[in-house]
Amino acid sequence: MYMVTAFSWFSDFQESFEKTFIREDRYKLFVDGILLTLKVSLLAVAIGIIIGFIIALFNLSKHFPLRLIGKVYTDVIRGTPSVTQLMIIYFVIFASVNLEKWIIAAIAFGINSGAYVSEIIRAGIMSIDKGQTEAGRSLGLNGRQTMMKIVLPQALKNIFPALCNEFIVLIKETAIVGYVGLMDIQKASDFVKSATFEAAMPLLATAVIYFVIIKILTICLGLLEKKLRKSDVK
Amino acid sequence: MIKVKNLKKTFGDLEVLCGINEHIKKGEVVVVIGPSGSGKSTFLRCLNLLETPTEGEIFIDDEKINDPKVNVNKIRQKMGMVFQHFNLFPHLTIHDNITLAPVLLKKMTKQQAHDKAIELLGKVGLADKADAYPAQLSGGQKQRVAIARALAMEPEIMLFDEPTSALDPEMVGEVLDVMKSLADSGMTMVVVTHEMGFAKEVGTRLLFMDQGIVMESGVPKDIFENPQNERTQKFLSKVL
Repeated sequence: MYMVTAFSWFSDFQESFEKTFIREDRYKLFVDGILLTLKVSLLAVAIGIIIGFIIALFNLSKHFPLRLIGKVYTDVIRGTPSVTQLMIIYFVIFASVNLEKWIIAAIAFGINSGAYVSEIIRAGIMSIDKGQTEAGRSLGLNGRQTMMKIVLPQALKNIFPALCNEFIVLIKETAIVGYVGLMDIQKASDFVKSATFEAAMPLLATAVIYFVIIKILTICLGLLEKKLRKSDVK
Repeated sequence: MIKVKNLKKTFGDLEVLCGINEHIKKGEVVVVIGPSGSGKSTFLRCLNLLETPTEGEIFIDDEKINDPKVNVNKIRQKMGMVFQHFNLFPHLTIHDNITLAPVLLKKMTKQQAHDKAIELLGKVGLADKADAYPAQLSGGQKQRVAIARALAMEPEIMLFDEPTSALDPEMVGEVLDVMKSLADSGMTMVVVTHEMGFAKEVGTRLLFMDQGIVMESGVPKDIFENPQNERTQKFLSKVL
């Protein structure tokens, strides 16, 4: 009796696996989806760091207009849903720009992530003791040199876990690119689901794929953090 | 070497320096003492413009330094500063703490800076610590590294802001020894401190500051043995 149930469960599984991945080479949809998710995420992370760094410096600036720009940017991005931002950037701002679709999507995610990264970097810079800046300046370094060589390296080490967290959120956030017609992992599973009329297999596969990507990333970032902590040895 | 004319500094409504006039000559070791809140640290920090004077003039080698047109970074390269809390760069090794500024500011090549670092670490008795990180050193060792770091820029003047106040008592001596040998080598020094023994033994001139002005100034031995100002008498009777 149990044997029969187990067997029928296994053959069900086999059939649905075959339908979801093998038939009509559907695994290729997932592979392409993974590549797209990775492409968009990587470029978005890079854009996010650059924008985040600039906005953080704006927010810490002596000049009021720069602080105002930084504040408005962070407020607007944090105050609106990322799907809305993605669609505005894709269908309105870049509507007539001739760029590859995935690049426009990455720009949208980068702009979104930049607002959060900027707050993390700002907190990191403020966490460094004022004495560090004074020591740098007293040696004759200018403000920029002090920031780049003394304050930022320490700040980045302190905020590394928070930045990793932001990148993980960003990768998962890209699951909404289907809204602008890009075929990422999530969209690929939707597509397969509607072709096979089976929801469990493609959705579970999607969850597993995201989980594995993020697990690998977490392990890599953990190793990197260990390296950064080298100067903490007591 | 350093001329200060009518130096004033206010923080909001609080007047910290109320008109200081001083002339510090080459080779002098000027020790500044006084109760906390008397403005001695602020005075020292004004000398290398870590604080911007509210009023008055500061000249280094006859160049007015509190002038918007002056390149502050160039001026600061002439003056080494040692802080109460060391302020070593925790993410860099001791060696790199010392070589960072000379190399970055193109004062020395990497090799020259390396040689200089080794020489200075030898002088402060920490030749074996070049590859350690600040977190691995004791307070006294950190402060000696901080002195070496300032000296690597080959300054003409050294400023010390309570260099032993954050140290455990048994580590004060090793730092004062380094400062004493620096004074013996003819370095111009301005030292804010509570170490009266050091003031008496090493200082060539003593300034007693209170309420934002220099109350009394002269040869340390004379002031310690025969203070003229009433405030100085009161202060010394408490600390000696």
